[in-house]
Amino acid sequence: MSSETQQILTTDGIPLSVSLKKAERKNKIKAFLLVVPLLLFLIITYILPIGDMFMRSIDDKMVTNMLPKTFTAMEKWDGKEMPPEEVFVGFYSDFKILVKNKEHGKLAQRLNKEKNGFNSIIKKLFRQVQRNKIDEGQSIKEQIMKVHKRWRDVEYWQAIKRTAPPYTTAKYLKGVDMYYGPDGNILQVDEDRRIHRILWLRTLEIAFFVTLFSFLMGYPIAHLLATLPMKYSNLLMICVLLPFWTSLLVRTASWMILLQQQGIVNDFFVMIGLVADDNRPEMMYNKVGTYVAMTQILLPFMVLPLYSVMKTISPSLMRAGKSLGGTPFVAFWKIYFPLTIPGIGAGCLLVFILAIGYYITPALVGGASGTLISNQIAYHMKTTLDWSFASAMGLMLLTGVLVVYWIYNKLVGVDNIKLG
Amino acid sequence: MSKNQEFVKFDKVDKSYDGKVLVVKDLNLDIAEGEFITMLGPSGSGKTTCLMMLAGFETPTNGEIYLDANPISNIPPHKRGIGMVFQNYALFPHMTVYENLAFPLKVRKISKDDIDKKVDKALSMVSLSGFENRMPAQLSGGQQQRVAVARALVFDPTVVLMDEPLGALDKNLRESMQYEIKHIHENIGVTVVYVTHDQSEALTMSNRIAVFNDGKVQQLSSPDKLYEEPVNSFVAEFIGENNTFGGEIIDLSNGTCKVKLSHGEIFANPISVKSKGDRTTVSIRPERALINPENKMDNNHAGTIEEVIYHGDHTRVRLNLLGNSEFILKVPNSSKNLDIKLGNKINIGWNSQDARALDPK
Repeated sequence: MSSETQQILTTDGIPLSVSLKKAERKNKIKAFLLVVPLLLFLIITYILPIGDMFMRSIDDKMVTNMLPKTFTAMEKWDGKEMPPEEVFVGFYSDFKILVKNKEHGKLAQRLNKEKNGFNSIIKKLFRQVQRNKIDEGQSIKEQIMKVHKRWRDVEYWQAIKRTAPPYTTAKYLKGVDMYYGPDGNILQVDEDRRIHRILWLRTLEIAFFVTLFSFLMGYPIAHLLATLPMKYSNLLMICVLLPFWTSLLVRTASWMILLQQQGIVNDFFVMIGLVADDNRPEMMYNKVGTYVAMTQILLPFMVLPLYSVMKTISPSLMRAGKSLGGTPFVAFWKIYFPLTIPGIGAGCLLVFILAIGYYITPALVGGASGTLISNQIAYHMKTTLDWSFASAMGLMLLTGVLVVYWIYNKLVGVDNIKLG
Repeated sequence: MSKNQEFVKFDKVDKSYDGKVLVVKDLNLDIAEGEFITMLGPSGSGKTTCLMMLAGFETPTNGEIYLDANPISNIPPHKRGIGMVFQNYALFPHMTVYENLAFPLKVRKISKDDIDKKVDKALSMVSLSGFENRMPAQLSGGQQQRVAVARALVFDPTVVLMDEPLGALDKNLRESMQYEIKHIHENIGVTVVYVTHDQSEALTMSNRIAVFNDGKVQQLSSPDKLYEEPVNSFVAEFIGENNTFGGEIIDLSNGTCKVKLSHGEIFANPISVKSKGDRTTVSIRPERALINPENKMDNNHAGTIEEVIYHGDHTRVRLNLLGNSEFILKVPNSSKNLDIKLGNKINIGWNSQDARALDPK
């Protein structure tokens, strides 16, 4: 027992662990310095942008910064009756600065989003302030309330108070078609305006089926690749990789040529008499187009991990299974298939995650019923310029991917993934 | 109990993969029930192809294979009931040892209790009891090998095929596994068809050996006959060591022949020479040639020692004898041949019976 507690010394009398650390320190520093560039690259191009996205998605500081005195005064207000004189005084002095800096328009825009009707009453108040109609000697409250009847409505003041916190989760709620009601409770958007939930579900549905189709098509191809003699398998491999090397846009465009109503596929169907010439099915600008094009485009991501796993499975295992009395199906199902699960996991995870965030293809061939959540994100980034909402949805998508990954880890185990 | 002498029968089997080259040519081979037969040959000689045809993974291009008098060419591998041990064991890596052994029993719909009993028995036969729950990756090469053997035997097949099963093991382990497999064969009496390119493995294990070359069986006989009485120069060359002289028959009478070499003449035992004037290769095993023989031998020639290599239990001596500078002698180290020194001239003798005049190389 004493040998366990006794410290082992080197021949020079230094404890072995100390000596080992000293000997390895140099290598450790070298190894760390080697990964520093990559680490920095990751931080700058990945961690920081995601952090920025997150801050942007919850950022609501604009009004907070515009109306500092108002919100200080509002802290004592219970939010039920009309606010007291101090709140009006604070609001007036904040507003004067905004008028001077010509920033009242922004305030109107932001508050109007919170509650309809702010636009006009802020414009009215602006004109009064500009013409110096407000007498600072008298009650500011009375004078502001006279500007417009809505200034006498407590709901509008409640709306202002709601914008006080510098951070908000409203964008996330909006992403699932919900919003904060006047009392701060969470409400559902009217049924006919719930577009995001449909998009989320459709994204999941399309990603799921694209993964399924890629799997069903990719598995035999990968098997063929792994078992054919070298000269044929190389050719087949090029056939798999060639589309991979072709521009995504070109491939999508070629699908548009193939799938349109006067396109090649429809022509072929008419030729073999499958459909009537005046009744050509629409295969583009809907889900069909999205399924077909995305499956084709994502297929290599399924084939390659499967191939790399299948390549390592010795053909003698199947032979052993058969020689031991298993029918070809039993040998496949009990021996070959379980051994390909790491590849299936990797391929499905890869295709599903890529499909969930796919953008160009659904944008071009998806039409109205084939667009995905990423197209909505792009729409908010480019058209409405609501970057914080786009960020919120982007992060929700990222969270979704992480959840998929987590479920996968629970079911299959990430250790079992084999990408190559 | 009379054993079926034609339990496995290859009848005029040809095999070609590409329609141009015959890998196996006109193979006729009978294997008796309970026999341990080895197919021995250099790589590419067609021996593994024969095994694969018997297992059902390749189909004969021509001819038929019979198992217990039934033609089996049209029976798929899983219905042949032939056990097989593969070169790299082919254990199922995702199954435990127990599951590996239970696989052939489960597909035969054997009850759970019987499976347990049979797996137990098979594992104890290869002395691996207690390893049921290990994964193949947790076993050493030798243990994996034994599991593979147990798996090939667990469902009581009538024939077990082994395709270079010991190729991946190190030398000591290989030797002990050779004995182990031999003992298992002796105990359960199953017919074993064994493929190897290692002649010592073939010699120690088999009842009979079929030497393959160029798609043909060159010689099929027991190990001792194969070594002592090779029927052609390929077998003589392939099995063990041998010294050769190329020459021409100048006399043939009374079971001996006289062969004229480039330097001198020797007497030999005519095996595959028919008449005077034939070219021949004479083969002599190193241990059959003696230094300064005490008894009278009909071949006696002087040679010069060109190389002496110490091998522990014996010394190998390379001589220049009758123009052949590759003549090897094996001298036991216990003998008193003290004049084995480089450059010495010594007298070498052998009986003409041991010098086999075979086909010319």
